Amino acid sequence: MASASNNTSVPARRRGPFAAFYDSIADVGAVVIRWFETLGDMALFMWRTLSWLVSRLPRRDTLIPAFYNIGVLSLPVVALTGTFIGMVLAVQSYTQFKQFGFETRLGALINLSMCRELGPVLAATMLAGRVGSAIAAEIGTMRVTEQIDALASMGANPVHHLVVPRFLGCLLMIPSLTIMAIFMGVVGGWLYSVNVFGIDSYHYWHNSQQFVHNWDLFYGIFKSVFFGATIAIVSCYRGFNCAPGAEGVGRAATAAFVLSFVIILMLDFFLSIGLDKVHDFLWPDLMVR
Amino acid sequence: MATKTSKSNDSIAGLIKLHDLSVSFGRHLVLRDISLTVPRGQTLAVIGESGCGKTVLLKTVIGLLRATRGYVEFDGQRIDKLGEKELAALRTRFGFLFQGAALFDSMTIAENVAFPLKENRRLSSTEIEKVVVERVTQVGLPTSVLGKRPAQLSGGMRKRVGLARALAMNPEVLLYDEPTTGLDPIVSDVINELIIRTREQNDVTSIVVTHDMKTAQKVADRVVMLYPMGRLEPDERQIIFDGTPKQIMESKDKRVSQFVRGEAGERLVEMHEMFVGN
Repeated sequence: MASASNNTSVPARRRGPFAAFYDSIADVGAVVIRWFETLGDMALFMWRTLSWLVSRLPRRDTLIPAFYNIGVLSLPVVALTGTFIGMVLAVQSYTQFKQFGFETRLGALINLSMCRELGPVLAATMLAGRVGSAIAAEIGTMRVTEQIDALASMGANPVHHLVVPRFLGCLLMIPSLTIMAIFMGVVGGWLYSVNVFGIDSYHYWHNSQQFVHNWDLFYGIFKSVFFGATIAIVSCYRGFNCAPGAEGVGRAATAAFVLSFVIILMLDFFLSIGLDKVHDFLWPDLMVR
Repeated sequence: MATKTSKSNDSIAGLIKLHDLSVSFGRHLVLRDISLTVPRGQTLAVIGESGCGKTVLLKTVIGLLRATRGYVEFDGQRIDKLGEKELAALRTRFGFLFQGAALFDSMTIAENVAFPLKENRRLSSTEIEKVVVERVTQVGLPTSVLGKRPAQLSGGMRKRVGLARALAMNPEVLLYDEPTTGLDPIVSDVINELIIRTREQNDVTSIVVTHDMKTAQKVADRVVMLYPMGRLEPDERQIIFDGTPKQIMESKDKRVSQFVRGEAGERLVEMHEMFVGN
């Protein structure tokens, strides 16, 4: 009788003096191919999500819990971490600024950093950790227990039902979370600078006003929208493609956070360059470089 | 109960037809050249040992999995030719009872049963509630379960809720994936009775995937046995038996009779060799 291995055979390994070298090249090639396949698959997944977004919005009873879970429940942790980041910035910068007699300009550094960089990245990191992993684990469990198949078997589209509400939740809630992170960071930095380092409050704010503009606030919020979309797509994709069993769900949750974070940092870099170019184009007289 | 007769595949205009269906995952071939016709009103039991592709067959019928070769025809329509929306509409003519019931954890029992109605029908909440109560009662559950979550119910009750949900849309075809697996003999019998009663009350065509011979004997008009690909000869058909529940008990094929009687046979020798080899 034919054995099962006839149908599941793996390609034979080469033999000879360069076998290990060839095999390692083949392994690297396989990883690269798989990486591109995943990338393409994820792009298609995003396209399907966007198509559903414009063709039919989800029911209100699926949207509201997603918004509540992603937005409202993330507020305390974002506010708390934002406050501490603002205070840490004050602690780390004060000594250097004092050496040059610039301590009253501490507000400019803290507020500008919070608006342009730390606020959006911090909110996105907290969202990826708190919400992204949970999304991947929840959808992954649904995959493993055939709930996604059940949805499809009843004529419902799993992407429309599971991904679109979470995508909208992340997309629309992350700007609010970013504003909260920025606000708490600014307040935390100010409180620490004024009360602990004894910096004059008037000069602190006056100097901040000179360096921080509406554009900087827009800069951070604009980037956060891309971060929110990334978290939703990556987490849902990982959940949908979860391997069987508890281990598969755990890996999906971890991979969702790690991949989201990596993409967020890469996006942050490219968006920052892009936004600076836009700024220079719109206001050429304010060009620094 | 319908008469237990076996009819040849080609002589009947079937509701569900599988044409040389093959399904593989990567290089792993699970189903090979399966041709099968299920006439309207028939209850077909698909039996076979674990891993032989029974669930894959069921999921391919409803389009949850795509065939690598061949195709499925439902009521004259090739399902591989349908678009996403057409396929979704076609699926509403099916009811699917999953192995673990696959109830949505985040919803109550009432919401679970109401889900397909909310998704596909424009009904008022009163009308939906009426259907939900009707279906839950039909599967022998008290209405007190409606407010509970799936985690608060026993395995047998969850299966019954799964059946109520599958029946909510009044489907033409019911697909059962291992309906009695993991249940005690008494609850298993209750589920078997429900399958029979559902067929009588709702006049549905059913495909029951099972490895429980009692279930196959009790509910089916026709039994088909699949054999795992890894144990087949290259030119051998994967369906090694197609007949009535009575005929399968009298089968002379050693592989069939071993399965029916639940005997390990030469598998014990293989297992022994494996242990000795290690």
